[in-house]
Amino acid sequence: MIRFTDVSKVYPNGVRALTDINLTVEEGEFLAIIGLSGAGKSTLLRLINRLIDTTSGAVEVDGMMVNRATGRQLREARRKIGMIFQGFNIVKRMSVLSNVLSGRVAYHPTWRTVLGLFPEPDKQIAYRALQRVDILEKVHARASELSGGQQQRVAIARALAQEPRVMLADEPVASLDPITTVQVMDYLRQINVEDGITTVANLHHVDLALKYATRVVGIRAGRIVYDVPIKGLDRPQFFRDMEQVYGRPIHHDEVLGEA
Amino acid sequence: MEHTGPISVEKPFDIYRTLYRIVNYGGLIAIILWGFAGIEYKGIMQTARGTVEALLRGFVRPDVAYLTTMTIDGLPYAVLETIAIAVAGTFTSGILAIPFALLASQNIVGPHVSKVGKFIVTAIRSFPELILALIFISIVGPGAPAGVLALGIHSIGMLGKLFSESIESMDMGVKEALESCGASPFEVLFRAVIPQVSPELISYTLYRFEINMRAAATLGLVGAGGIGAPLIFAIRTRVWPRAAIIVIVLVVTVTVIDAVSGRIRKRLV
Amino acid sequence: MEQIVVPKKHNLRRNLTILLVAALIIGSARFAGFSIVGTLSGILRGGRLLGRMFLSPAWSYAPRVVDPLVETIRMSVVGTFIGALVAFPVAVLAAENFIRKPLISRPLRFILNIFRTIPAMVLASLFVAVFGTGAFSGVLALAIFTFGLISKLTFESIEAIDYGQVEALMSLGANQINVLRYAIVPQILPQFLSYTLYGFEVNVRAAAVLGYVGAGGIGQVFEQNLSFRRFDRVGVIIILTFFVVLAIDFVSSAIRRRLV
Ligand SMILES: Nc1ncnc2c1ncn2[C@@H]1O[C@H](COP(=O)(O)OP(=O)(O)O)[C@@H](O)[C@H]1O
Ligand SMILES: [Mg+2]
Repeated sequence: MIRFTDVSKVYPNGVRALTDINLTVEEGEFLAIIGLSGAGKSTLLRLINRLIDTTSGAVEVDGMMVNRATGRQLREARRKIGMIFQGFNIVKRMSVLSNVLSGRVAYHPTWRTVLGLFPEPDKQIAYRALQRVDILEKVHARASELSGGQQQRVAIARALAQEPRVMLADEPVASLDPITTVQVMDYLRQINVEDGITTVANLHHVDLALKYATRVVGIRAGRIVYDVPIKGLDRPQFFRDMEQVYGRPIHHDEVLGEA
Repeated sequence: MEHTGPISVEKPFDIYRTLYRIVNYGGLIAIILWGFAGIEYKGIMQTARGTVEALLRGFVRPDVAYLTTMTIDGLPYAVLETIAIAVAGTFTSGILAIPFALLASQNIVGPHVSKVGKFIVTAIRSFPELILALIFISIVGPGAPAGVLALGIHSIGMLGKLFSESIESMDMGVKEALESCGASPFEVLFRAVIPQVSPELISYTLYRFEINMRAAATLGLVGAGGIGAPLIFAIRTRVWPRAAIIVIVLVVTVTVIDAVSGRIRKRLV
Repeated sequence: MEQIVVPKKHNLRRNLTILLVAALIIGSARFAGFSIVGTLSGILRGGRLLGRMFLSPAWSYAPRVVDPLVETIRMSVVGTFIGALVAFPVAVLAAENFIRKPLISRPLRFILNIFRTIPAMVLASLFVAVFGTGAFSGVLALAIFTFGLISKLTFESIEAIDYGQVEALMSLGANQINVLRYAIVPQILPQFLSYTLYGFEVNVRAAAVLGYVGAGGIGQVFEQNLSFRRFDRVGVIIILTFFVVLAIDFVSSAIRRRLV
């Protein structure tokens, strides 16, 4: 469970990115966050694993106050929170296996991981993660040799290797073509459903949110302006409601449609 | 109303620009003249002509026997020792430069600390290696180890600067991703930063090795091992055939090493 | 759960490379007699000496360091100026994309390369043998060294320029002098000046030690005091030299940043 209580974020340069966020994400939910570029979606996500600090309020993940955790405690909290990014953020010059094993770093003392001395069970975890995203045959390939979609799957495998309870995805498909987009989103849903991992994804396309999420939250100018479950959603009403999020209603023909 | 007269496109006279130029160029010329004024030309020594002739004769008939002397007093040994000093010194500085580079990288330690780090690196670079060699000779005694230390410390200056430039231009997303896995700072360093920048780091280190080959050849002049000692001795005692063979072998060795190292560098990045 | 078996990775080539490089480095260190233990114990032993140099330097000696330091800077200025002056035309001739006469550019590059392989100190000791001790020999050594450095950097820059401008001028019927004047020089000048400043920085550092072989400047004073084991004075020389070089480095690289 993730809980934001009265959270605000002001960047050091004075930009107020989030204001009074109160939000609870239940165990096993697939939450899609939508909003215009610059609305504060990435900021919200990054507060969950404390890649950035909160200015005020509290962020709680599985009972742990993340916004106050530091050092060892923070690393252990992050271990339970996988994250994937728009730019994949894998090390292109390393092998696929090394990249996935990086997901295991918080389980071992630093000297071991720095020397690359991961025990056999960790390797098994890495293989299994790669198998789940159907890319085990590339285990020894250099990451730079893979296509964008494959690189994102390696990034998912790295997050899976963390054996996380929460998965964060910051525009995970924004750099991918429509076909790979569906593949990657399918893997995310599968992991969410099969392992019950709470998933929070920033999505650019409203129709992806509709197709994959169990709940949609809209952010506008740093405030939550929309929050509904997908189940039993009245679609025409939904598109009219998008005016609250995007400043104007969205028409049916503007949606990507089933890719 | 139509304009009929000749159209003037002359640049307006800009007094500040002109003054600025006068100050710049005038200053430059003044500095150069000031430099020349202080260099005393004592005239060519009467012996100069004879010396040059002897020197050239040396190059025509170099001391080949010295080249084939396979003992500790021979040229091959001195060349090997020079290369060894350059290799060991470069490697030492390549390792030592990494912490300095991190300290100088804004995206690792923030804007304030990195300014201090950059200053330290520049300061190290400003310390001439021969002076370092002399200091180390007085510490560890004359010989090759002093040369290794001199190169190892001095090269931190250049390598630290180049390393920090490539660290500052690296993709920060990977660092963030490792942090999100729960990585400690050292894990971020060894599993995200170094793997990304290592080809550039190795390439810069090789480049520095090329420079250090030349430096190692002069360290001997002050007693820090390598080919420089027999060379300066041959020049001082005017044994030109021997000086010539040393210079020739030095040029060939450095050229070959430059070529090989340049090849590797091209393939790296 | 059943074990997943993946084929072993064969990275023989990588391992061999690592082994070879490690052998080269360790072999070199041993050949040079370099050891970490030896160094540390040396530093412990040499600590007293360092103390004499830097903890109680003979500051009263400082005024006598000024003149040789000034001479060092003068030597660098003149050496850089001469070297750069000669380097520019030679670089133009050595650039393969401008003159396009391999008979000129090839041998020129060969000679430039030889110049670049001979360290300034070696040149200086040769000139001292011919012209006698003093700043003049040092200036000659610096000039030749700078010439090799700057001409290489410059001809590489000329070869990297935007050739569109050159071709545009050629199509207008411009001759080579015009091409040089209106296409190459304007594009190359900032870089050339930057290289010259860089050469100056290198030269100041080189000039500071040339005196060691009798080629003028602060190095000569340095050598005398060292041979008399006046470490307190050596300390003063090192500290002052260091700050002068540092100051020049800062000013010069600030100008270079504005140039390009
Ligand atoms: N590191 C930062 N420093 C200063 N301002 C930032 C930073 N990151 C984001 N911002 C600002 O915060 C606001 C929200 O950004 P972000 O969370 O990235 O939005 P989104 O992900 O919805 O596009 C924007 O105005 C953005 O310019
Ligand atoms: Mg964003």
